[in-house]
Amino acid sequence: MTAGTEIFAYAPKRPNILVRFLNSSFVAILVVAAAIVAIWYVGAVALNATAQNFADERAGVTRDWPDFVKATWSQDKPRLPAPHQVAEEVYNTTFLVPPTAKRSLVYHGWITLSSTLVGFVIGTLLGIGLAILIVHVPSLDRSLMPWIVSSQTIPILAIAPMVIVVLAAVGVVGLLPKAVISTYLSFFPVTVGMVKGLRSPEPMHLDLMRTYNASRWQTFWKLRWPSALPFLFVSMKVAVAAALVGAIVGEMPTGAVAGLGARLLTGSYYGQTIQIWAALFAAALMAAVLVGIVGLVGRLVFRHMGARPA
Amino acid sequence: MTDEAAAPRGAGILRAIAQKRSTPPLAAAAAGGAVVPVERAPAPVPPAPVVIDVRNLSLTFMTNDGPVDALSGIDLSVHRGEFISLIGPSGCGKTTLLRVIADLEQPTAGSISVNGVTPEEARRNRGYGYVFQAAALYPWRNVARNVALPLEIMGIDKAERDRRVAENLAHVNLTGFERKFPWQLSGGMQQRVSIARALAVEPDLLLMDEPFGALDEIVRDRLNQQLLELWAKTGKTVIFVTHSLPEAVFLSTRIVVMTPRPGKVHDVITSDLPRERDLDIRETPEFLKIAARVRDGLRAGHSYED
Repeated sequence: MTAGTEIFAYAPKRPNILVRFLNSSFVAILVVAAAIVAIWYVGAVALNATAQNFADERAGVTRDWPDFVKATWSQDKPRLPAPHQVAEEVYNTTFLVPPTAKRSLVYHGWITLSSTLVGFVIGTLLGIGLAILIVHVPSLDRSLMPWIVSSQTIPILAIAPMVIVVLAAVGVVGLLPKAVISTYLSFFPVTVGMVKGLRSPEPMHLDLMRTYNASRWQTFWKLRWPSALPFLFVSMKVAVAAALVGAIVGEMPTGAVAGLGARLLTGSYYGQTIQIWAALFAAALMAAVLVGIVGLVGRLVFRHMGARPA
Repeated sequence: MTDEAAAPRGAGILRAIAQKRSTPPLAAAAAGGAVVPVERAPAPVPPAPVVIDVRNLSLTFMTNDGPVDALSGIDLSVHRGEFISLIGPSGCGKTTLLRVIADLEQPTAGSISVNGVTPEEARRNRGYGYVFQAAALYPWRNVARNVALPLEIMGIDKAERDRRVAENLAHVNLTGFERKFPWQLSGGMQQRVSIARALAVEPDLLLMDEPFGALDEIVRDRLNQQLLELWAKTGKTVIFVTHSLPEAVFLSTRIVVMTPRPGKVHDVITSDLPRERDLDIRETPEFLKIAARVRDGLRAGHSYED
């Protein structure tokens, strides 16, 4: 074997498409999802078996075990609905009813989404504003920060009804009280992230600004703000998910008639477990899409800023 | 960097000292070959105006372990057009002295003037350009916008900014790299961008803090050569902090040897090497003589540790 062929023999080969597919994160996620679904089906049989036996006894029905399993997966008000029941409910209430109908997930989802977005935007702006103040005014760092941290130790479930009731007493009802709760939950990660981000420039970069005799404002716009953007987008991902939680929590205590939170509440009143699970999935999907959008916007911004492609 | 490119700029900026030069550096190199003609420096001329005047300057840092004397009783006068190196072991205060000149540190005793005013006023007038140990480029700005950064802060209009960016990138041989981002450049290129950024302010005084410390020997040699050519073209006053002995001797008209604990000036050596030099000069007896004296000073500094 000559030296030349040896080099070719050891040249790394690009793995074939099947190997690359099996190594992709898509497949990894799919495998985990499949495992969860399998466990879920088994769990549905186990949790619904008692009720099924009871019902069969009363009706005088005897079943062989495949039929029994099938029955536990198709109950009307199961303790744990099977995945396909939830999927069916999501599909029916999304695509088979008009989006304005009271049963429509799109209708309820939109109600929740609108207060989530309003709360998220206000929360993000508030978080950025607080961070700017904290970074630039040393006394605020000491006086404000402990309050901001302790604000998040109060259980949101305790404070949400009070916010709704107090705001209703002064005539503020509808979207805004829920948005306030979303704001309450979403400003915190942004404040913490941005305080860190605005303080992230290296001393050398700050010294450079000093040698140019740059004003505070110039140092902020040309150095602190761009340095903080990666921190902003990470904290906004957390904030948008928190804002959604806030909106749903805000819909529950008042017996609100619309929104995913209301769907969860009415579902539990009437034992409509499938409806609860469908609303849960709609909320999870919405959170994933919102976090995904924030991440995408971040990627576009970083590309525009000349970031090294990952 | 060609001399043709420099000619139009030099006409406006060259100081008295720069005008004394007749032989371009490249011509000197070509004529000399391996054996560089060693001319004595011209007979003493009336001294150029003082740019930096440091008198009995001390700086004590208050640390948790008690006070640390970073600088103690420093006296130094720098004249316009000089190339001064501050050399010494780490902890001798050479960077601290540079930072005091730049108003990045405050002295605790003594007096200092820069361009005839306090360092703070000099900084407010953008009286100097500062080059840091690392390039300190902003990663979200491309090369052209990094060089334009100080100009934006100074409120210079777009046309003039573009002109200065192009001119100073040409000075450091980076024309054509305007749209590259820092991560796309080598360490040496990044440091050249940072030099162009300091030059874009068009200061008469250039403060350089171990700018080539992180670069490999070959790149460092080339940048040293380019820096000398740049200095010859522009006639700026340069204060250059280094811990490399050959670098200090090769670049400087005067070498300030400092010793640590407390940071003091141990020796000031005036170089009688010709102003136009190329790298071969490092083999000449004159060069080695100066290097030997600097080395003696550095040894004395290290003996403090025993």
